[in-house]
Amino acid sequence: MDESSVRRRILWDKLFKGIIILLTFCSILPMFFILFFITSKGISAVNWSFLTQLPKPVGEMGGGISNAIIGTFMLVAISTVFSVPLGIFAGIFLSEYRNGRFVYFTRLCVETLQGIPSIVIGIVAYMWVVVQMGSFSALSGGVALGLMMLPVIVTATEETLKLIPEGLREASLALGVSYPRTILKVILPAGLSGILTGILLSIARVAGETAPLLFTAFGSPFMNLHILKPINSLPLMIFNYATSPYPEWHTLAWGASFVLIVFVLGLNLLTKVVIKRWKVQF
Amino acid sequence: MESAVLKIENFSAFFGENQVLKEIDLSISRNRITAIMGPSGCGKTTLIRCINRMHELIPNAGVSGKIFLDNEDIYATDPIIVRRQIGMVFQKPNPFPMMSIYDNVIAGYNLNGIRLAKDEKDRVVEESLRKAALWEEVKEALHRRGTFLSGGQQQRLCIARALAMGPAVLLLDEPTSALDPKATSHIEELIVQLKDTVTIVLVTHNIGQAARVSDFTAFLYLGELIEFGPTGRLFTAPKDKRTEEYLTGKFG
Amino acid sequence: MDRYKSGLSDSSFRKVLYVAGGCVLVLLLAIFLSLVVASFPAIRNFGVRFLVSTTWDPVRSEFGAFPFLVGTLATSFLALIISVIFSIPISIFLGEYFTQGTTSTFIKSIIELLAGVPSVIYGFCGLFLLSPVVRSLEVKLGVPPYGVGIFTASLVLSIMIIPYSASIGREVISLVPSDLKEAALSLGATRFEVIRKVVLPYAYSGIFAGIFLSMGRALGETMAVTMVIGNSNLIPKSIFSPGNTLASIIANEFTEATGSLYLASLIELGLVLFIVTTIINVLGKLIIRRMGVGV
Repeated sequence: MDESSVRRRILWDKLFKGIIILLTFCSILPMFFILFFITSKGISAVNWSFLTQLPKPVGEMGGGISNAIIGTFMLVAISTVFSVPLGIFAGIFLSEYRNGRFVYFTRLCVETLQGIPSIVIGIVAYMWVVVQMGSFSALSGGVALGLMMLPVIVTATEETLKLIPEGLREASLALGVSYPRTILKVILPAGLSGILTGILLSIARVAGETAPLLFTAFGSPFMNLHILKPINSLPLMIFNYATSPYPEWHTLAWGASFVLIVFVLGLNLLTKVVIKRWKVQF
Repeated sequence: MESAVLKIENFSAFFGENQVLKEIDLSISRNRITAIMGPSGCGKTTLIRCINRMHELIPNAGVSGKIFLDNEDIYATDPIIVRRQIGMVFQKPNPFPMMSIYDNVIAGYNLNGIRLAKDEKDRVVEESLRKAALWEEVKEALHRRGTFLSGGQQQRLCIARALAMGPAVLLLDEPTSALDPKATSHIEELIVQLKDTVTIVLVTHNIGQAARVSDFTAFLYLGELIEFGPTGRLFTAPKDKRTEEYLTGKFG
Repeated sequence: MDRYKSGLSDSSFRKVLYVAGGCVLVLLLAIFLSLVVASFPAIRNFGVRFLVSTTWDPVRSEFGAFPFLVGTLATSFLALIISVIFSIPISIFLGEYFTQGTTSTFIKSIIELLAGVPSVIYGFCGLFLLSPVVRSLEVKLGVPPYGVGIFTASLVLSIMIIPYSASIGREVISLVPSDLKEAALSLGATRFEVIRKVVLPYAYSGIFAGIFLSMGRALGETMAVTMVIGNSNLIPKSIFSPGNTLASIIANEFTEATGSLYLASLIELGLVLFIVTTIINVLGKLIIRRMGVGV
């Protein structure tokens, strides 16, 4: 083996590693750009009145995003109510029954649901709720977001429960505990951290969704606590304000973006805390 | 005269079409330790799982024949009631990891929704932990989770948990296979002490353990009960050639 | 012979579980059927022509999906190509060179965070930060300086889909059996050669599936694309032209759609999107599951 060819190969090796490292670090740059710009442009807009006031009409100074914040919470609450109980039970179903065609197709459906574009979910919620009710509403927005949360919760529950060792179930059954109680009082609590993580992550995902709300929740300049009326949300507001021609509204949009991203990233961090604190070691 | 707390009559067990226990006739004496031994696959674990009706939880599992607990046909009773009267301890200690030691012991009541007054609960917990020779070691840490306990201690916790239900029979499925020798000998001492309180059926693949601990021994091979008798007699003068071969280590 | 079959304890609980599973099935079916039924006026009116017709004119009630198919495919493919340049290196970085430790956790976290940023924020940043840059590039190139258009949308989209193909790629690469790699290394191969000749060929189909899946994601992406694609219903002439995707046209025009044919046509676009993304996602996941990776 002649030395110069070996040296060449070693050079290529080092070059390759360098390129890999360079490209990797380049690809994480956008994150820093986004964080930097949102923080620098948004943080100046955020103050107490920003968080607690309603948006003002164009031309008037000030105003806030309180209705969007409350709206986001309300929509998330509605979607959680729709998706969590069904999602957990469907997840239990998939982890208890592993074989059979019904189970296979159900699992396939969950995966398909997860891949449906959010705008299509919006169309469906529009047809199912808005058209039936005759108006836009927080309820329809909650239904849309619930449809998006559902597959994530099913999968998280199924994967978590599959990891729980048989011994736990046997210990409970051998004590004369019935099957339903074993699942609900022993297996589910043992999987709490994984299921909770799935719920938090899906909340983080839907809190930032706009497309499914465009023609369901629709948005509103007013504060609304009524689930049958249109409602605003942070992402909707950001979209409307960012695409408007008014610079005052652009500033509000930066502020709202800052609040939204803090919320979403905060939830992601929270899940790490949940895992650490509640994860059961077997 | 030994009185029988468990009578197994012409009992067979199946996985689908595959017969794993063949017409077993066996009598378990009250307040005695009966060891069930045999090579891997002989059906000893299946047998005790039929006694507490856990075998039938496996899909396609079936049984025939009868098992009587204090003259009641356990297959004519609700399996949940049977399991509350017959406790089981498993090969790998399985305390509930999300519960405290206290809650683990009383789990049989809590999970079944059986309400007890606080002092009643305390009494049950202390009594069970004392019987399991674990009280002194954990009495200061009752409300901590059991995960810091050693393997042997966890197993004793599982024994306490089973005893707390006041079962007539305690089934032990190779309770020391996953433990080190020191923990093993502690558990063996404990088992001998326990026989005054409860009837014990001990499945073991450790011939020495059966010899050390049990009053009666049953030898199972390929699903059949080959020989059954007082431990001393069976070990020194086995009647069946297969028993003798197993005891001398020719197979299994 | 009396056989006591294994009994079900508490059959009503089990029934609840089955119902829960069934609900999921029913939901998906209902979604699909609702889309089909609601698109029916458009399907009946235009038939297959819908997919190739190039006019989208609400005033004259002529609806054709072709410009949006072009927009969707153009943005997604371009985004895919750009993202692959980064996601494969990231997969190799995390799967081969830095599998444990602080750097690994750091990069992994950032990639996760990138996936967590809401689409509307990507669109917002794309509109205010990226499009001025693209505009000046267009000025230099002598093309109409819209700033927004297919190119900008593809750039934003590519950043958004990097995390998906990167994480699947990383898992697949880390699953390559180490004895294969060690065999090559012990024969005197450099790390680069091992990656090129052992790791990548082994992990090839998994990486491909990951890229495939990220395309499914790109096809359905709405908000970021809507905000930077320029909203034109004509077939884009170059990558710097404005356009629309299936998702963005729905987002832009749904609330203003008057007349049932208009709405049905928009919903039919949604149906097309649904079918395409479903096929891609199911295929991609099938390939990945064959490779033993949990998705």
